Amino acid sequence: MSTPPGVVATARMIAARDLRIEWRARVVMNQVIPFAAVTMVLFAFAVDDTGALGRLAPGLVWLTVMFSLLLCAQRAFAIESADGALEALRVAGVDPVGIFLGKAAALAVQLLALAAVMVLAALILYDLDPPAGGVVLLVTSAICATCALAATGTIYAGLAAGVSGRETLLPLLVVPVVSPVLIGATRAVEAALGTGGTAVADGWPWVGLLAVVAVASAVVGALTFGSAIRD
Amino acid sequence: MSADRPTTPDRDHGSTDAAVVLEAAVVVMGAFPALAGVDLRVRRGTLVGLRGPNGAGKTTVLRLCAGLLRPDRGTARVLNVDVADDPAPLRWRVGYLGHSNGLYDDLTALENVTFWASTVGAGRGDVDAAMAAMEISDRLRDVRVRHLSAGQRRRVALAGLVARRCELWLLDEPHTGLDVDARDQLDRLLRAGADAGATVMLSSHDLDRVDAMVDHGVDLVAGRVSREVRR
Amino acid sequence: MTTPTTPRSTGTRATRVIGIAAIVMSAWLTLFGLVLSPADVAQGDAVRIMYVHVPSVWLAYLAFIVTAICSVWVLVARGRVPGVDRVAGASAEIGVVFMAVTLVSGMLWGRITWGVYWQWDARLTTTALLFITYIGYLAVRGLDGSPEQRARRSAVVGVVAVAEIPLVHWSVRLWRSLHQEATVLDTDLDVDIDGLMLFTLFVGVIAFTLWFVWFVLHRARVMALAALVEERSLDEALAERAAEVPAGGQN
Repeated sequence: MSTPPGVVATARMIAARDLRIEWRARVVMNQVIPFAAVTMVLFAFAVDDTGALGRLAPGLVWLTVMFSLLLCAQRAFAIESADGALEALRVAGVDPVGIFLGKAAALAVQLLALAAVMVLAALILYDLDPPAGGVVLLVTSAICATCALAATGTIYAGLAAGVSGRETLLPLLVVPVVSPVLIGATRAVEAALGTGGTAVADGWPWVGLLAVVAVASAVVGALTFGSAIRD
Repeated sequence: MSADRPTTPDRDHGSTDAAVVLEAAVVVMGAFPALAGVDLRVRRGTLVGLRGPNGAGKTTVLRLCAGLLRPDRGTARVLNVDVADDPAPLRWRVGYLGHSNGLYDDLTALENVTFWASTVGAGRGDVDAAMAAMEISDRLRDVRVRHLSAGQRRRVALAGLVARRCELWLLDEPHTGLDVDARDQLDRLLRAGADAGATVMLSSHDLDRVDAMVDHGVDLVAGRVSREVRR
Repeated sequence: MTTPTTPRSTGTRATRVIGIAAIVMSAWLTLFGLVLSPADVAQGDAVRIMYVHVPSVWLAYLAFIVTAICSVWVLVARGRVPGVDRVAGASAEIGVVFMAVTLVSGMLWGRITWGVYWQWDARLTTTALLFITYIGYLAVRGLDGSPEQRARRSAVVGVVAVAEIPLVHWSVRLWRSLHQEATVLDTDLDVDIDGLMLFTLFVGVIAFTLWFVWFVLHRARVMALAALVEERSLDEALAERAAEVPAGGQN
C-alpha cells in the first residue's frame, strides 16, 4: 500500500507543479514582468529628476514587486480554482501545510526572478552606479524579502480564492501586512546600491529584520492556512 | 496515517459492507435545508444513481459523503468514518468530482494524473494502469488538457481517482457536457470500476440512462429520499 | 435542541448597570477633563485632547487583543465556537471605531502641539496600518460563506494582524532611528502630568472600558439573535420541505 507523502515532499510536489505550469503558460514572464517594467518607466515620468530617481530607485523597485505580488498571488490561486482543483486537494486530504509551503516557494521563486529584472531595469533606467561589494547584500536581502512577500501573499490569496470580490479584497489585506518588508527591503537595497549615502555594511540589520518577517509569516501561514482554505 | 488502520465492525449496523450510511441527515446551506432528513444505505462495490429534480439535494448528498460538508443534524458514516466528528481519515479514500474536474489546464493528461497519484504516494504503475483503465490513448497522454474535449477531460479526471485507488467515487452529473458516445463509454468505465470493487455514486438528470446502468437507484425529492430501487 | 424564549431586548441587569456606570463615568470625565483639570504649562488647553486620545488608544488595542485571543480560540476549535467568533467580530468593530477616534484626536493634538498633523513616528504609523488591517478584517467577515467558514477566515486575519503589530512597530522604529530630525519633535505624548491630570486620564480609561464592555455585550447578543432567527427559520424551512414531499412526487 502506498503511503501519502510528508509535508516536505508535498511542498516540493506542489512547487514543482506550479513552476511547471508557469513555465508552460508564461503568465508571469509575458504579462507581469512587462507590467512591472512599464511601471518603472512611469515612475521616471512621475519623478522627472534623474538624481531623485536614483535615490528613490530601491523603493520604486520594491513597490513594483509588491504590486506584482498581488497579481502573481492572484494567479497562483486562479490555476487552483479554475477547475476546482483546490477543492479536490482538500477532498484528497493533501496536507495544507505542504500546499502552503509549496505554493509560497513557487511564488517566491517567481518574485525573485521579477525582482532581479526590476533591479536590472533600475540600474539601466535610473543610471545607478552600484558599489562592487553590495552584491551579496543585494541577493540575500532580495531572497528574504521575496520569501516574506510570498508567504503573506499565499495566506491571503488562499483565503480569498474562489470568493467573489477577491480582486479588491486581496490588496486591502496584503498591503498593510507587508509594510515591514517594504521598509526593510528598500533600506537594504539602498545600502547595497549605494543610493542612500549609506555604507554596504549598514544594510545587514535590515536583512535581519527581513529574515524575522519571513520566518514569522511562514510560521503563521503554516499554522493558519488549513483554516483559511477550508469550506 | 490513520486511514491505514483496519476498518472496525460497524456495531450500530452490524456489518462493514456499507460504504455510506446516512441517518436523518440534515444539511443547511445558508438558511436553506438542502437535505431535510436523508436516510440512505449504500453497499460497497455497488453503482448507485441519485436522481431527482434540481435542488432535490443530489449534490449535497455527494458533498456530504466526500466530507466537504458536515451534517447539521442526524448522522453520516462514510467508509466507517463519522463525518460529523472528523472527516480527515476519510480523505484520500474518497474521490469527488463535482461539476469541475480538478485538472490543471497547462499540464498534460499524464502530468495531471501523475500529480493526483502522487498526492497519495501512488507510483508510475498505478498511473499507467489508470490511464489504461480509462482508455486514455498514448496520443492523448502528452496533450495539455486545455486542448481536450469534455469527455476526454472527464476520463482524465477519473483516471486520477483510479490512480489514487479511491474506494468511493462520488460523481456529480458526470454526463454533463458529453455526447452520446462519450456517455456510453463513461458508463462502461464506471461499471468496470464498480465491478473492480469501488463504490460509485453518481447523480444525473438522465433518468433512463441511470435506470439502465445502476445497481441501486435513489430518487431524491425536496431533500429527502422518496423512492429506492435495488437490483 | 430547545429554543430559548426570545428576549425582548439585548439588555440584562448586568448591561444596564454597566451602561449606567459608563454614563456616570463619562459625565465625570467631562467635568474633570474640561473644567476641573488645569491647562498644561506648555500645551495649554490642547492637553485636554489627551483625555479622549489616551483612553481610545488603550481601548482600540484592548479590542484588538480581545479579537486576537478569540481568533486563536476559533482556530484551535476549528471554527466551531460561534459565541467566541461573535465576540471577536463585535470587539473588532468597536476597536475600529476607537482607532478612528485615536487617529483623529492624535492628529488634531499633533497639529496644535507639533504644528503638523502627521509625524512618521512608530506608534502613529503602526496604529494607522493596524486601522487599515482591521478594516480588511471586517471586510473578510462580510464575505459570503457558512458561519464556520466566516469564523475561520476572519480568525486567520485576526491572528496575522496581531502578529503584524510588533513587526511593523519594530521596522518603523528602526527606519526612523536613521533620521535625526525625528528627535526634535520627540516631545511625544508624555506630558508633564500632575496628579489631577493623571486622575482624569484614569477616569477616561475606566469610562471608555465600560463603554467597550457594554457595546461588545450588546453587539454579540445582537449577532446571537440573528443566528437564532436563522435557526428558527431552519425549523420552518424543514417543515416546508417536509410538506413538499407527498405533493411533490416526481416532477
